[in-house]
Amino acid sequence: MVALTDLTIAEARDGLLAKEFSARELAEAHLTAMEAARGFNAYLKETPERALAGAEAADKRIATGDARALEGVPLAIKDLFCTDGVATTAASRILDGFTPHYESTVTQNLWDAGAVMLGKTNLDEFAMGSSNTTSYFGPVENPWRRDSDNLPLVPGGSSGGSAAAVAAHLCPGATGTDTGGSIRQPASFCGVVGLKPTYGRCSRYGIVAFASSLDQAGPITRTVRDSAILLRHMAGFDPRDSTSVECEVPDYGAALARPLKGLKVGIPKEYRVEGMDPEIDALWQKGIGWLKDAGMEAVDICLPHTSTALPVYYILAPAEASSNLARYDGVRFGHRAENDGELLDMYEATRSEGFGAEVRRRIMIGTYVLSAGYYDAYYLKAQKVRTLISRDFATAFESVDVILTPTAPGAAFAIGEKEDNPISMYLNDVFTVPASLAGLPGISVPAGMDGDGLPLGLQLIAPSFDEETMIAVAAAIEARADFDGSAAAQAGKGA
Amino acid sequence: MSLDKATVARIAALARIRVVDDELDGLAQELSNILVWIEQLDAINTEDVPPMSQVADLKLLWREDEVTDGAIPEKVLANAPAAKDGFFTVPKVIE
Repeated sequence: MVALTDLTIAEARDGLLAKEFSARELAEAHLTAMEAARGFNAYLKETPERALAGAEAADKRIATGDARALEGVPLAIKDLFCTDGVATTAASRILDGFTPHYESTVTQNLWDAGAVMLGKTNLDEFAMGSSNTTSYFGPVENPWRRDSDNLPLVPGGSSGGSAAAVAAHLCPGATGTDTGGSIRQPASFCGVVGLKPTYGRCSRYGIVAFASSLDQAGPITRTVRDSAILLRHMAGFDPRDSTSVECEVPDYGAALARPLKGLKVGIPKEYRVEGMDPEIDALWQKGIGWLKDAGMEAVDICLPHTSTALPVYYILAPAEASSNLARYDGVRFGHRAENDGELLDMYEATRSEGFGAEVRRRIMIGTYVLSAGYYDAYYLKAQKVRTLISRDFATAFESVDVILTPTAPGAAFAIGEKEDNPISMYLNDVFTVPASLAGLPGISVPAGMDGDGLPLGLQLIAPSFDEETMIAVAAAIEARADFDGSAAAQAGKGA
Repeated sequence: MSLDKATVARIAALARIRVVDDELDGLAQELSNILVWIEQLDAINTEDVPPMSQVADLKLLWREDEVTDGAIPEKVLANAPAAKDGFFTVPKVIE
């Protein structure tokens, strides 16, 4: 018999309904695995009581035939989602001691569908990072290792704990959030599927805000089908988020079976960046071949403003962050530093102690680009170029149904690498940021290995609110890539 | 643009983040590098291009102006460093 931790969400759901095992057994198997794999630092907090109570309630519902869509499915939650009665840290010291007394809409939707919480996962502080090394609670270790040097690697970020936990079979699925690539890039680094929906698809209510015009929640899972299943129960209109879009949530799982014959996949030449890793390029060409094999037609497209996306992002996201993070002042909740009793001293001592180096850097960049005299030159300029980036995609989608690119410019790197130069870290998001700025859905699918035994992902980008086409095409890549993630699962078992 | 120490100190003060003197040089260099990198946008022609502040072309929804929440003072105060009679008690923040 396969281990319960090796089941996908779809398989776990079927097994629970067929009473092959109980939700309690399923939760216990994961809790045991989590305890044994604490060295990865993927979870910031394990919630065994909550998991077992939820599992027992699920077992009762299954016994009486009242099972809901995700009844008894155990999930990990990125510690950026507020969870009622469970401490929420955003991996920052500044939220020290904070326990929300309300639930984020996305997690509430999941619990309402019967899912069970295993714990809260590690992340880059306030989701600002591409390596999970900015967490106040220490880095997450990627369950994958390079063949050549066996050094501990980053899982990517910011949803690094979620991606590592899914890859190491410490949960079958997890929530993530994506502002510039924080679901897709760690998914690529850890050999799992990560889906960022259209901006507005999932409510942002109860998610600690980073850059509000970009933040979006989505699933991280081991299969495309599982991401489709989870997204259906995360998404939906929410009057408590004014940017949540009132439109029907389709059955994404049904989209998996869609015929692809005749669909057009766009290949943007601007993503073939200078000095591109030949292995990444080769994988991209393979992906094009797979989609042709699935009956699709490959079309060369132009996205002329691609190279401007990162600088635009590193103006807009810090600007929004500097404003969102102004609320952390040590007055009403969270960390308050020792101070001399003067108000300014309390603010400054609290914020320099409470925020890590990367968060302080971004707040300062954001403060600068919004400051008097510089607003037009930086912030307004970036907003205008954002329009051009968005128009590029709109034009491209007049002639293609979906766009295929690599997810990241390379595989996972060692913990500590790329730390001396912020810009080299920012470049990790070069392929994911453009879709974020345009608000478009994107998915990373594990598609192959580099020469050193590390996973690499391919990204699909679709028009707004057409996650269904994206999921259908992703499934075609998944089927042809035949990716083997068992090395990470073995690492998770300590083997 | 290259930032000098005085400018970094001014930004830090605006952001209410304490930066000690020995950190100023390094920070000035780091922030300057990032700014020089983002200034590549100056080469893009944005004449007659409207700024984009949101992606979804959303119209804000209207609702009745009525109370939809409240009567949960214990929850509101649960994370307060100190509370008294249903109020936060905090250091003096208004002159």
